[in-house]
Amino acid sequence: MSTRPAIGQPISRLEGHMKVTGAAKYAGEYNVPGLLYGYVINSTITKGKIISFNTEAAKALPGVIEIFTHENRPSLAWFDLSYADMDAPPGSPFRPLYNAEVSSNGQPIGLVVAETFELARYAATLMEIQYEEESFRVDLKENLAEAHTPSIGMATMLKPPPPKPKGDFEEAFANSYAQVSAEYFHGTEHHNPMELFATTTIYEGDGKLTIYDKTQGTINSQLYVGNIFGLHFKDVRVISPYVGGAFGSGLRPQYQLFLSVMAALELKRPVRVTLDRSQMFTFGHRPQTVQYTRFGTDEYGKIIAMNHKAIGETSKNEDYTENVVNWANMLYASKNTLMQYELVDLDVFSPLDMRAPGGSTGSHAIESTMDELSYKLKIDPMQLRLINYSEKDDSLGRPYSSKELRQCYLQGAERFGWAERNPEPRSMRRGNKLIGYGMATGIWEANHLPARAEAIIDSEGKLQVSSAVTDIGTGMMTIMAQIAADELGLPVEDVAISYGDSKMPFAPIQGGSFTTSTIGSAIKAAGKALRKKLFKKAKDMDSSIFSSMDIEDVAFRDGKISVKDSPALSVSFKEIVAANKGKAIKTINFSVPKFFKLKKYSRAAHSAVFVEVEVDEQLGVINVTRAVTAVAAGRIINPKTARSQILGGMVWSVSKALREETITDYRLGKYMNQNLGEYHIPVHADIHDMDVIFVEEKDENVNELGTKGVGEIGLVGMPPAIANAVYHATGKRINQFPIHFDSLL
Amino acid sequence: MLNYQSTYSPVLTKDFDTRPVTININGKPTTLQLMPWVSLLDALREYADLTGTKKGCDHGQCGACTVICDGDRILSCLTLAVMKEGSEITTIEGVAENGQLHPLQKAFIEYDAFQCGYCTPGQICSAIGMLKEGKAKTRADVKELMSGNLCRCGANTNIIDAIMEVKNQDSHE
Repeated sequence: MSTRPAIGQPISRLEGHMKVTGAAKYAGEYNVPGLLYGYVINSTITKGKIISFNTEAAKALPGVIEIFTHENRPSLAWFDLSYADMDAPPGSPFRPLYNAEVSSNGQPIGLVVAETFELARYAATLMEIQYEEESFRVDLKENLAEAHTPSIGMATMLKPPPPKPKGDFEEAFANSYAQVSAEYFHGTEHHNPMELFATTTIYEGDGKLTIYDKTQGTINSQLYVGNIFGLHFKDVRVISPYVGGAFGSGLRPQYQLFLSVMAALELKRPVRVTLDRSQMFTFGHRPQTVQYTRFGTDEYGKIIAMNHKAIGETSKNEDYTENVVNWANMLYASKNTLMQYELVDLDVFSPLDMRAPGGSTGSHAIESTMDELSYKLKIDPMQLRLINYSEKDDSLGRPYSSKELRQCYLQGAERFGWAERNPEPRSMRRGNKLIGYGMATGIWEANHLPARAEAIIDSEGKLQVSSAVTDIGTGMMTIMAQIAADELGLPVEDVAISYGDSKMPFAPIQGGSFTTSTIGSAIKAAGKALRKKLFKKAKDMDSSIFSSMDIEDVAFRDGKISVKDSPALSVSFKEIVAANKGKAIKTINFSVPKFFKLKKYSRAAHSAVFVEVEVDEQLGVINVTRAVTAVAAGRIINPKTARSQILGGMVWSVSKALREETITDYRLGKYMNQNLGEYHIPVHADIHDMDVIFVEEKDENVNELGTKGVGEIGLVGMPPAIANAVYHATGKRINQFPIHFDSLL
Repeated sequence: MLNYQSTYSPVLTKDFDTRPVTININGKPTTLQLMPWVSLLDALREYADLTGTKKGCDHGQCGACTVICDGDRILSCLTLAVMKEGSEITTIEGVAENGQLHPLQKAFIEYDAFQCGYCTPGQICSAIGMLKEGKAKTRADVKELMSGNLCRCGANTNIIDAIMEVKNQDSHE
């Protein structure tokens, strides 16, 4: 019997056993003899200068080895470029312990290294630090007048500036039949993966380092360390097989990596630096953003004028941008458009991509505006979207590589029971609970990047595949095995995957929903090359049955090469390797996206989301009781892990719309809820019925695999769908996330 | 100019006495040489090299450090190791018996009840303790009684599905 294709099978995570038994080791869990512990000292002021450190009391503690500050750190690289990483925005990257300047609250300004964690933490409290404080500004809304156009840099390649205006927006809007204009806001959010950021650096001697780092890119961290500390890249090995969540926070090397490496190099001993939960709020975050929309339609509900403007925060040192305003005209056609995006520089740490950056921000405004329009026009919200359905990407005037959004609407609505909705707000109830149905659309770009993969057939006839890519919990390793298995016609059990190690073939940072397509394409390239190589070796065998055949005449299945027309004629991989004097047959291949072909298409995953909320009429408490997300994201490699990705996005949606926010004290410039007791994310009791539909979508243009990625799309449409359901339940439109119950009273 | 002075006085200047603390960890009497300020969580992770128990907040807010102590689920980050002299502690490394995964471990894999896996040991230990408490009758009860264990990946529905599967198996026995 022939092996079933592995792609499309809902197989369980291959690393599951390691994770349920506690055997999976994360970056801060490599205990080695003589390990030293570093504890970070953070600035308690928001802006100014450090005048002096008094380290006397801390240093007097037995067991405290060293205290590093800008005054005694080793000399380091000079140029901004050395500090840049794969996700660095235009500007000057933050340099830990660089000088006496403090530019954000909580900035790391020192590191205590001691023999135990407890000692290091205690010693840090004994530090006396004198500052000279300067005035600062951290409030976006107070500083909107300072908004400016973002500068352009390398990062702009994946985050294009807004499309050019079309037609005459102002005139068309003024003359439109139905109009909605609205303002939206969400505050700061922090990624807060469950695993604390940690780096264990093992000093191997001779300038060689082995680094266990929490990151979304082993090679990104390797290059960063090599550049800053002037080490040969080959002497810096970064390993991260298990990453306890990241959601974007690991896209840039974080300061514990720098501090751990610095201390290990200086002390020539292994050093671990683990952040505590409050320190997890002292680097990148989702930027607070204000948005304005003005949409106008004709009497049939067709949009004729569309303006979407966003003003986000950034730091003083980098222009961090997001793609917030490019989506509306991708989803809905309009002859007159005006899309604007600006930044305000504040005294905060640079913002950082956080799950569905920009997209989840923009959809909040776009999809809530569409909902408001539907009530003005007295057209069903889904019907309004179908009226404005665009088969092509109207913002760039090019076709989609594929787009099954219409099926998402239809199948999602059917599963949810959308037809039972009474369009009148406050018309549906269960006891003292108001019931609301809301829906919204989601869109997320489908990119892929260059990457390499190695594929080997070993003496057992089994396949080994490797890539430096990480698995932050998406199920990367499992789908790598599935893709590789099908390339060589082997069962998944006969494929071994190695990953999460910078010495393996090049992989870019893991994020942006582009990793399945990126690494999948590299594995396909390696698989193809390996098939060729195996076939050539098989042909070269003594009295080969394939001597007069081409590769098109044979099939690779069940660990054998067999003749297509007479499958009984076959040679096993094992025999081929044996004939190769027992030497494994290997290949390393590079896959590069076909940029010229891809430019002809817009490529995006789509979703339609339907949500039921219950709102307590007296107390305003909101519960998301049911939700259905229908997704068109091309080919789904593993329905089990892909569904989990969407479910994760849906839980994040409940969090974004109703729970999570980092609260700033604008007088202190400080985040006030730097802990998981006060930074609210949903608990089990907050999460109810959630359903995921994968709509069939064939895409032969997007990449060879036909995949679009599912990491972000689950978070794009659902937050506004919740807001829209709250409006339907209560008749109150709350345009600020998270929606607080008191705003409904 | 502002002068920020630490409010701590350096009371601990030289005597960092350690003492032997013996705890039965996963059925094995284990003696660790500890200072009194070491939490049970750090004792397990840093001194006994049992890193399966996770630190997510160190403040009793996330549940990642949940272990089973004399049959009950506890937060090891809010427990000093010296308080548990002589206790029976089961960590995630001791949940499987004789190489056989616990039904909850199997169900977690089958239901894809984790993504990054970092909250998983705490979820499983907490679920073992919760089922033993016997208070949960319904799915809603299970959700409520598991709400001390946060999951940032959003595996919530799969986690509850996995626990319900085992709970239902148990009640059919």
